[in-house]
Amino acid sequence: MKNDKDKSSKNAGKGNLSRRGFLRGAGLTTAGTVMLNSSVLAFESQPATGKAFGPDAVTIEMKVNGELKSLIVEPRTTLATALRDHLGLTGTKVVCDRGACSACTVWLDGRPVNSCMTLALDVGSRPVETIEGLAEGNELHPLQEAFIEHDASQCGYCTPGMIMSAAHLLKTNPNPTLQDVKKATRGNLCRCGTYPHVFKATLAAAKKMK
Amino acid sequence: MDTKKEKFPHGIPGYNLGEIEREIPAEDPPAWPINDELRVIGKRVPRLDARAKVTGEAKYTSDIQLPGMLYAKMLRANVAHAKILAIDTTLAEKLPGVHAVHLMHEMDDKDHLPMVKFVGQPIAGVAAESLDIAKEAIKLIKVKYDEKPFVIDLEDALDANAPLVYDEPIAEQRDGGDVGVVHDGSKGKGNLRGPSTSSFWGGPRGDVEKGFAEADVVVERTYRTQVHTHVPLETHGVVIDWKPEGMTVYASTQSTKGVRDELATYFDLPKSQVRVICQFMGGGFGAKHSAGTFGPMAATLSKKTGRPVWLMLDRQEEHLAEGNRPNSLHSLKIGAKKDGTLTAIQQKSHGTAGVALGAGVGRIAQILYECPNFTTEQYDVLTHAGPGAAWRAPGNVQGAFGVEQAIDELAEKLKIDPLTLRDKIDKSDVRKVERMRGAEKFGWSKRQPAGSSQGPVKKGMGMAQSTWPRFVHLDSSVEVKLYKDGAVEVRSGVQDIGTGTKTILAQVVAEELGLEVSDVTVRIGDTVFPDGPASGGSVVTGSITPPTRNAAYQVKLKLFDLVAKEWKTEANKLTVKDGMVVHMDDSSRKMTFKDALKSLRTGHISVLASRGDDYGGFQQSWGLAYGDLGSVQFAEVTVDTQTGLIKVDRIVAAHSCARPLNIGQLESQINGGVIQGVSYALYEARVMDKGTGHFINANVDQYKMPYAMEIPEIESILVEEYPAQSSTDAYGIAEPANIATAAAIANAVYNAIGVRIFEIPITPASILNALNKDYE
Repeated sequence: MKNDKDKSSKNAGKGNLSRRGFLRGAGLTTAGTVMLNSSVLAFESQPATGKAFGPDAVTIEMKVNGELKSLIVEPRTTLATALRDHLGLTGTKVVCDRGACSACTVWLDGRPVNSCMTLALDVGSRPVETIEGLAEGNELHPLQEAFIEHDASQCGYCTPGMIMSAAHLLKTNPNPTLQDVKKATRGNLCRCGTYPHVFKATLAAAKKMK
Repeated sequence: MDTKKEKFPHGIPGYNLGEIEREIPAEDPPAWPINDELRVIGKRVPRLDARAKVTGEAKYTSDIQLPGMLYAKMLRANVAHAKILAIDTTLAEKLPGVHAVHLMHEMDDKDHLPMVKFVGQPIAGVAAESLDIAKEAIKLIKVKYDEKPFVIDLEDALDANAPLVYDEPIAEQRDGGDVGVVHDGSKGKGNLRGPSTSSFWGGPRGDVEKGFAEADVVVERTYRTQVHTHVPLETHGVVIDWKPEGMTVYASTQSTKGVRDELATYFDLPKSQVRVICQFMGGGFGAKHSAGTFGPMAATLSKKTGRPVWLMLDRQEEHLAEGNRPNSLHSLKIGAKKDGTLTAIQQKSHGTAGVALGAGVGRIAQILYECPNFTTEQYDVLTHAGPGAAWRAPGNVQGAFGVEQAIDELAEKLKIDPLTLRDKIDKSDVRKVERMRGAEKFGWSKRQPAGSSQGPVKKGMGMAQSTWPRFVHLDSSVEVKLYKDGAVEVRSGVQDIGTGTKTILAQVVAEELGLEVSDVTVRIGDTVFPDGPASGGSVVTGSITPPTRNAAYQVKLKLFDLVAKEWKTEANKLTVKDGMVVHMDDSSRKMTFKDALKSLRTGHISVLASRGDDYGGFQQSWGLAYGDLGSVQFAEVTVDTQTGLIKVDRIVAAHSCARPLNIGQLESQINGGVIQGVSYALYEARVMDKGTGHFINANVDQYKMPYAMEIPEIESILVEEYPAQSSTDAYGIAEPANIATAAAIANAVYNAIGVRIFEIPITPASILNALNKDYE
């Protein structure tokens, strides 16, 4: 894990841009489109600009939970770190830091991604939604209500990621089956073993939202 | 001490509920009736902190951000056994953004460079302006090792020529695995330590030779369990702000009190100058009781820099260095007469907790069943690997995997149903009821003889049971405060690690004061409040809820005194009901609880109460109560004999925790114990590379754990039981929920395929190997 992190931190900006450069150069722009439309959530891509950044910090703007934020980040900064350490949005959790547990799930352009595997610089103009933006003011999302009612968190550390995965399901499928719920949350690790209550809560919220 | 006599509900509703008279302390409240007659106790009450958890507002230790805070990272050994010859930190210190570098060994012995005994052993720490800079700095520290031969495998370590982990006796019993009377670590030769030969309420008895001579059948088997790690989603770590007037420690811990005491001792500070706070905690499962090495490191870096320091471990460090459940090589010999009566049990085990001790297999074999002749020898084997730590029902999970399979094998040899045999040899009432109710819900009567399932995809049913003591910590205190404006507040240092402690404290106070749960503010997880118990061994509920009720009761009496004066009546004529203070003889004389509090002369009144001895005289001088939190679990599995793939379809878990307080939270914990048991039985294992001593799957993707797709259907049965031991008569459930699962699954797998598996995790490969071996 340390090695992965170190590699990405040293050459993150450069390596990432050159990978896109390679895709473009090889005439595989459609490959990027395929990636976007497939369910490979961890590797978001966006149109290449051909511009190199780093290693020094740069100022970027990011639309988070409907608000435009300005932040100064190094190219190696992940979206998870930008949200947590730069914007103080610590609801998003980092657990494995390599795209294996989905604790850091946020919505990018309306779809769930692992924010630990997404570079802040790659977000561009696409909107980011985090757990902090799910409720409308004081009014909780029906899934959040259902999580409370069905005791769907124990320690609660996986909860934000779990909710972002399950809420996305409810957005796209108003009539989910148990199997649909399991599939939508299949990347989210919960070590306390709260899964059965997560399933119950999600199905109950779907019913309520009709 | 003044006492009074009080009648309590006693026994199991629907089975043998009756009444018992106990002599109890005069200041204790009258007995609560059974849960059916209570308002908020034993109901589904949502967690008080659920809203904070589902909105992301909950601040865990890893989320703490303080002004001027630095981020720290530790350098860890990447060799398994070596003498450190030199450590050069020059380049790290010069890296822009680095504020301090500190060497681990300088805290203990400045003059000698340390020995490395496992991959992941901490060597140094760096505090820098960002985590990325701290990580870069760590890489710039040069360590020169004189590498030595090492041993990481349990059986290799027993070899006479094996490299020694310690070349001197180790007197210290670390935070390890077994529960009970353990050896002190100074006995033994080479890498072997022990044996431990007894445990409380168990231990050697009778004459096993004679017992086996009397036996009609004997089962003799060896069972193996793996090393596995806790993987709490929030890793170990702290944020420490050391100011001249004392240090504030935000800790991801199961014991605010324990971390405070360790740091105060380490730095020779009065306890009043170390404040430990844990508001939300991202999982511990037994591993998070200590300040570890990261605590003193962060404190030192904070002192050196004059700034707060954030030091949370990463996932790999967590796996390598912050605890694991030791493995076991567990031999059992059990003899029985034709009618099932056990005549002798002989147990021998070896296990490794790496560089630590505590790899026993617990008390299950010693006390679960009635058997007049018993011996045990439990050995620790030292290896060059990360230290073990308590893991949900330490020792007992390993032990049950063997014992409960052996009992099933015995039942088969005797041609007795496994439940019927247990009815005969198990004297626990509560497990008897659990077997009855569980078997009915599960459909045990549909179970077929082993191996009779037709076709390549086979179904099987199995069960197993467990015991766990009703542990109590007497050093458990609570303050209940009533404010003049009507506010009610509970305060204790006890932490809520996700089990729901906050909520049950509010329930207890609300029940006692006739209020709603939402009327009660709970402030816990902070050592400025009265000391609470550590969250381990399922002790919290049994330790902290009785003083909570007692404090609420006593502060209520204080309030009654004031109201009685105003009403010109006797205080003992007053009671509370539905948010009102009411006169018992004249229900028209009443006022709201809030209005009653206006009669306070001071801004608030409060009572601090501590856990007293158990009612009924079962209390042990060292702080434990006798009793049994029994459980019985049933498992149904599907085994594909072509691929070896096993799926746990269903678990029925019948449990008792005496008086249940919060049904939803209890179900959550039972689900969790079962799922961790499924994981232990089928998936997870630490994989060590013998050539390098490295833990090669120290991550989340290759360290296999169940996700949503692997979760069985789980039904829980809570058997209410009233032992009449305290003012709440409630206990925890964390450990019991985890003990029997792996054994129940193993028994179900045997029932499906007709071949018994003696080692976990039961992987597709182990199924295919077992079937092939059987075929040969």
